[in-house]
Amino acid sequence: MAQNGTSVSIQDLSLNFGAVSVLKTLNLDVAEGEFVVLLGPSGCGKSTLLNCVAGLLDISEGRIFIKGKNVTWEEPKDRGIGMVFQSYALYPQMTVEKNLSFGLRVAGLPKEEIAKRIARAAEILQIEPLLQRKPSALSGGQRQRVAIGRALVRDVDVFLFDEPLSNLDAKLRSELRVEIKLLHRKLQNTMIYVTHDQIEAMTLADRIAVMKGGVIQQLDAPQTIYNRPVNRFVAGFLGSPAMNFIDGRLEKDKGDWYFIVEDVRIPLATYAFEKEPVPGPAVFGMRPEHVAFNSGTGWPFTADANVEVVEPMGSDTLVWLKLGKQNFTVRVTSERTPRNADAVSIGFDPMRASLFDAETGNRL
Amino acid sequence: MQRSWRQRFHLPAVIGTIPMILVAVGVFVIGIGFSVLWSFTSSKLFPTYDFVGLAQYRRLWADSRWLVSVNNIWFFGLMSISCNMVFGYLLAVFMDQRIRQEDLFRSIFLYPFAMSLIVTGLVWQWVLDPNLGLQAAMRNLGWSSFSFAPLVDANTAIYALVVAGIWQGSGVTMAILLAGLRGVDEEIWKAARVDGIPTWRTHLSIVAPMMKGAFATAFVLQCVGVVRVYDLVIAMTGGGPGIATSMPAVYVIQLITVRQNVGQGMAAATMMLLPVLVVLGFSGLVLWRRNRRQGARV
Repeated sequence: MAQNGTSVSIQDLSLNFGAVSVLKTLNLDVAEGEFVVLLGPSGCGKSTLLNCVAGLLDISEGRIFIKGKNVTWEEPKDRGIGMVFQSYALYPQMTVEKNLSFGLRVAGLPKEEIAKRIARAAEILQIEPLLQRKPSALSGGQRQRVAIGRALVRDVDVFLFDEPLSNLDAKLRSELRVEIKLLHRKLQNTMIYVTHDQIEAMTLADRIAVMKGGVIQQLDAPQTIYNRPVNRFVAGFLGSPAMNFIDGRLEKDKGDWYFIVEDVRIPLATYAFEKEPVPGPAVFGMRPEHVAFNSGTGWPFTADANVEVVEPMGSDTLVWLKLGKQNFTVRVTSERTPRNADAVSIGFDPMRASLFDAETGNRL
Repeated sequence: MQRSWRQRFHLPAVIGTIPMILVAVGVFVIGIGFSVLWSFTSSKLFPTYDFVGLAQYRRLWADSRWLVSVNNIWFFGLMSISCNMVFGYLLAVFMDQRIRQEDLFRSIFLYPFAMSLIVTGLVWQWVLDPNLGLQAAMRNLGWSSFSFAPLVDANTAIYALVVAGIWQGSGVTMAILLAGLRGVDEEIWKAARVDGIPTWRTHLSIVAPMMKGAFATAFVLQCVGVVRVYDLVIAMTGGGPGIATSMPAVYVIQLITVRQNVGQGMAAATMMLLPVLVVLGFSGLVLWRRNRRQGARV
C-alpha cells in the first residue's frame, strides 16, 4: 500500500449536541491510499465522525485537514470527497445517467468532460446497460453501484462510505464487499468506511478504528486488533463466536505467574505481558478457535471437560462446555463434532490468550 | 376462481355500510339525476316535467351574470390555488427547519382551515369594511386620508376574496406538503450537499418531484374547495358589489331561491358538474390503463 503522506487528518475533534458530548477530542490520521474502517456498535459515533469529515455536521472543536488543506469550515462539495450512503440516496426521478451527471452539470462542467467521466465510472462499475434506467427499476446491488458511481464521477481523493452494504442481503453483501475491495485496489484512493459488521471491517480494512462512546478504542491492522485487543470491549466486539471471558485472579508462584479460577490453574509462562503484572483480580480471554480439542497433552494447559451443548454451523461446530464452573466455548471442525455429554479434553497455549484488568478492562 | 356471493360480501359489513350506501345513492346519484333531468325542463318556482330541450342552457350562456360567474371562478381558482401551493410549500419548508414550537405554529397555520368559511368570510368582511375595520382604525389614529376598502369596489372585491381564500387554504396545503417533505430521506439532502447542489435547486429538481403525491392531494383538495366556493362569497360580498364577485355556486342558489328559476339553476348546476365528470373520467382512464399494463406484466 502506498503510504506516502497523510490524506485525511482529524485533530482534537469534539462534537457536542447541547450537553451531550458525541465525539471526544478525537485524533485520526489516514494515509494516502489507505482503507480505514470505523467499526463500532450503534451509537458509538462512527457515522457522526464520518459526517463531520464530509462536512455535513459542524464540529464543536478541533480541525480537519484533507490533503493538507484545512477544510474544517469548507462546504462538503469543496472538500474533495465523495460519499456513499446506506440508503443509496439516489435521486428517484432521474435516470442513472442523470443521477451521475446532476452534480457535475450544476457545477457547470463542460459536456464532453461530464460524458467522459460518466463513461469511465460506468465502465469501472459495469453499469453501462443501466444508464437510461430509473433507480426504481434497479436491484439493491445495482443501486449501490450507482451510488458509488456518483462518488466516482466527482473525481475526488477521498471516498466516504456510510454503512453502504447494510441494506443488502447477505449474499449480495459479500459480493459487493469484494467489489469494493477490488475498486480500492484499482483506484488507490483513500477510503474511510463506516460499518458495524466486523466481517466487513476485517476483510476490507488496512486499519480498523474500533469506536465506543465517541472515543477510538484501538486503531490498528485487523490482525493486530483481532489477536491483541487493547481492552475487553475490543476483544468482545470482534470475533464470532465471541471470545471466552473467565473472571479469576492473577497469582505468582515460585517466580511464575498463574491465572487461577476455582480449582483451575492456567500457567502464564508463555504469555507476553504488556507490563509487569501485580497479583489480583483479572479476566482471562481466549478465542474459541484457539483452543485445541481432543489433541493430546502437548499443550502448556490441558483440562478435561464435559460437553454441554453442540451447535453445528456447517463449516465448523461450536461446542459449549464447562471449565470448572465457567462456561467455555470451543470451535471444532465439523468432522470431529462430539455428542452431548461426551467427556473431552481441551488444551491451549496461553500465548494466544488476552488478559485484562478486572477493573479497567485494559490489556495486561 | 369464482368466489361465492357470501364470500365476497361479508354480511355484517354490508349491513354496516347500508346507511352510507343509501345516503350516497339517494343524495348524490338520485339528486344529481334529478338536477340533470330538470335542467331540460321549463321549471320555474316548482319542478315540472315540461321538457324544452337545451333552451335553459342557451339562456344560461346568454346571461351576463353567469358569464361573469364563470370568469370569476377561473380567476379565483387560478389565483388562489397557485398562491396556496406556493405559500403552502414555503411554509412547509419553513416548518421543516427544526424550528422551536413547531406544534404551536402548525396549529396557528391550520386554524383558519378548521373554521367555517362563513366565519372566515365574516372576519375578513369586518377587517375590510370601511366603517369598521382597517380603514376606520387608521383614520381614528389620525391618518384621515387613509383609504382601504377593497370590498366596495367592483374591481378589487375579487382580490379580497382571493386573499381570504389563501388565508384559509394555505395552512392545510402546508400540512400536507410538510408530511411529504418529512417523507424525503435525509440522506438525499446529504447526497445533494456533497454533490454541491444549491438548496433551492435541490428543492426544485429533486425534492419537489419526489413529492408528486402530496402535491396532487393538496391540488385536488384546493380544486374541490374552489368549485364549491359559496359561503366565503356570501359572507364577504354576497356576490357584489353588483355581480362583480358572483360565482357559479352563488348563481345556482340565487336562481333557485331568489329568482325562482329552477330549470336554469339546474342547468347551471349541471354545467358545474361537467368539468368534474371530465376530470374523474380522465383519471379513471389513466388508472385503468396503468392497472392493465401492470396486469399484463404479471
